[in-house]
Amino acid sequence: MQTYLDFEKSLAEIEGKAEELRALARQDPEMDVEKEARSLDDRARTMLADIYKGLTPWRKCQVARHPLRPHALDYIGALFTEYTPLAGDRAFAEDRAVVGGLARFNDRPVVVFGHERGHDTQSRLDRNFGMARPEGYRKGARLMQLADRFDLPVITLVDTAGAYPGKGAEERGQAEAIARSTEMCLTIKAPLISVIIGEGGSGGAVAFATADRVAMLEHSVYSVISPEGCASILWKNAEKMREAAEALRLTAQDLRKLGVCDRIIPEPVGGAQRDRGLTLQRVGQAIGEMLGELDAMSPDDRRAARRRKYIEMGARGLA
Amino acid sequence: MNWINDYVRPRINSLNTLFTSTKREMPDNLWRKCDECGTMLFHRELAEALNVCPSCQHHMHISPRDRFTALFDGGTYHELPVPEPIADPLQFRDEKRYPDRIRDARRKTGEHEATLLAEGELGRLPVVALAQDFSFMGGSMGMAVGNAMIAGAERAVKRRAPFVVFSAAGGARMQEGILSLMQMPRTTVAVQMVKEAGLPYVVVLTNPTTGGVTASYAMLGDVQIAEPNALICFAGPRVIEQTIRETLPEGFQRAEYLLDHGMLDRVIHRREMRDELARLLRLLMNETPRVHGDLPAPSPVAQDVAEVVEAAKSGATEA
Ligand SMILES: [Zn+2]
Repeated sequence: MQTYLDFEKSLAEIEGKAEELRALARQDPEMDVEKEARSLDDRARTMLADIYKGLTPWRKCQVARHPLRPHALDYIGALFTEYTPLAGDRAFAEDRAVVGGLARFNDRPVVVFGHERGHDTQSRLDRNFGMARPEGYRKGARLMQLADRFDLPVITLVDTAGAYPGKGAEERGQAEAIARSTEMCLTIKAPLISVIIGEGGSGGAVAFATADRVAMLEHSVYSVISPEGCASILWKNAEKMREAAEALRLTAQDLRKLGVCDRIIPEPVGGAQRDRGLTLQRVGQAIGEMLGELDAMSPDDRRAARRRKYIEMGARGLA
Repeated sequence: MNWINDYVRPRINSLNTLFTSTKREMPDNLWRKCDECGTMLFHRELAEALNVCPSCQHHMHISPRDRFTALFDGGTYHELPVPEPIADPLQFRDEKRYPDRIRDARRKTGEHEATLLAEGELGRLPVVALAQDFSFMGGSMGMAVGNAMIAGAERAVKRRAPFVVFSAAGGARMQEGILSLMQMPRTTVAVQMVKEAGLPYVVVLTNPTTGGVTASYAMLGDVQIAEPNALICFAGPRVIEQTIRETLPEGFQRAEYLLDHGMLDRVIHRREMRDELARLLRLLMNETPRVHGDLPAPSPVAQDVAEVVEAAKSGATEA
């Protein structure tokens, strides 16, 4: 069952028609619809490729937030073995918006963690829609420290609208927790790879995405503010999110030019949500290759290069 | 969720109209109304009180230059150069061009950017200090702030001097999009330079310090001081109220509230700040107690600066 985005409406109609024809044929075996249905399939396939070839930045935001995209636990389940979740920040609570622990990647022990948005109403509520509280960031920082102690590579999966803006989160130091997590990203000497699998929302993403290598899925986004938020501030009209998305340069393609993103992982035609298996496989491939690059460096050089990357970032603009 | 959203905008607007009272625009014979209690205050009286309302002790905005004059021994300091970032790195367009917004801010404040970096002596100890200027585009964090933090950190390390940062920011410089967000890791590397050189990094949080600034260098101090009643937060109160749909407690996210919640070391009146910092820095630098009233002989550079400052005070120059 596909969930269509607003710009996929004509595609939904064609795919729906093909589906209808086949349903009719199932009731009446005399009917021969296959030829017509196949021609509709072809049209749908061409249309899908066309739509996804030139996604606007705002449409990419919609794809990045698609509920059927693979989430952190899907990647952990598919790409890692012996996953051993570790819980808690040792100070206040276990934040279920952040999942992670020890695991093996291609048999090699690693630490993996990330934001988990949930996949149905109950799990979304349980995961707070992937919006972490300070405990989530403190847990992430703790896991990085653990990895560093045993020289295990760290892989983070970033997918959040942002840090949770709640009363308790503020009282318990949301800002400090994010700052410390970012600081930890820049302190450890273990290899640090971050994959933005959906939405990289402001400081809540930076806290886990300050890494040796930042990879982004082709239609994922990473931004200082949501297009809606930016539109309501600068255009004083939240409906101007298309313009804001354009101006913010939040696509993987623009971020690659700016040096914020080191690698773009291609998505299947029609987005990660249309072929989850292929998406998972490509991300696994990319992580393996990036780990190989980082293994070639000494721990000291790796950290120095990571810091230098951020110091030099932005010096050239989009040029 | 985002940490700027619509809360910052109205605040910046309303505060900006109050904060246009720089010396150049405000002749000595004018009165100014306290932002908090509404008392009419004679401008010169207010300036002598470092922009603290004598009747309610509300700490109003103070320009980085006035702050440094009040901070450094003999009121003398010298401004340190900050590398100029590339202009308009994203070619950002909302309803106004970013270069035009910058030009307006420069004209209004007479300053080049939202930070001022300086060095001088404090209690006879060489100190590097950075102050954010809330009247310049809400003190917003862009490449220029990052460059100033890095330049300040490098200078502190070179001079073996402590680094003191006075934060004030409505949040991100949205017109620099992701590069604004990347100042979180960038400034964190700057803080690490100072700390790893064994030098004190002290933050003074002033009203308001919000968003990504709070979630990076402003929360990473060896000692965290705030001015009374300063708003310090990640997500602003309006965003939180919209999220949790309840009214926030009295004093929420104000300096005293953060002190009670363990997020700050001290809340210090602006009048006491100089003595506070002089004592703290000497303690952290393992120096002998400060000898009061023993001002250093002004260096030739400092002498020049003092003259410029004096000239500016008497209104002889039109910057
Ligand atoms: Zn007052």
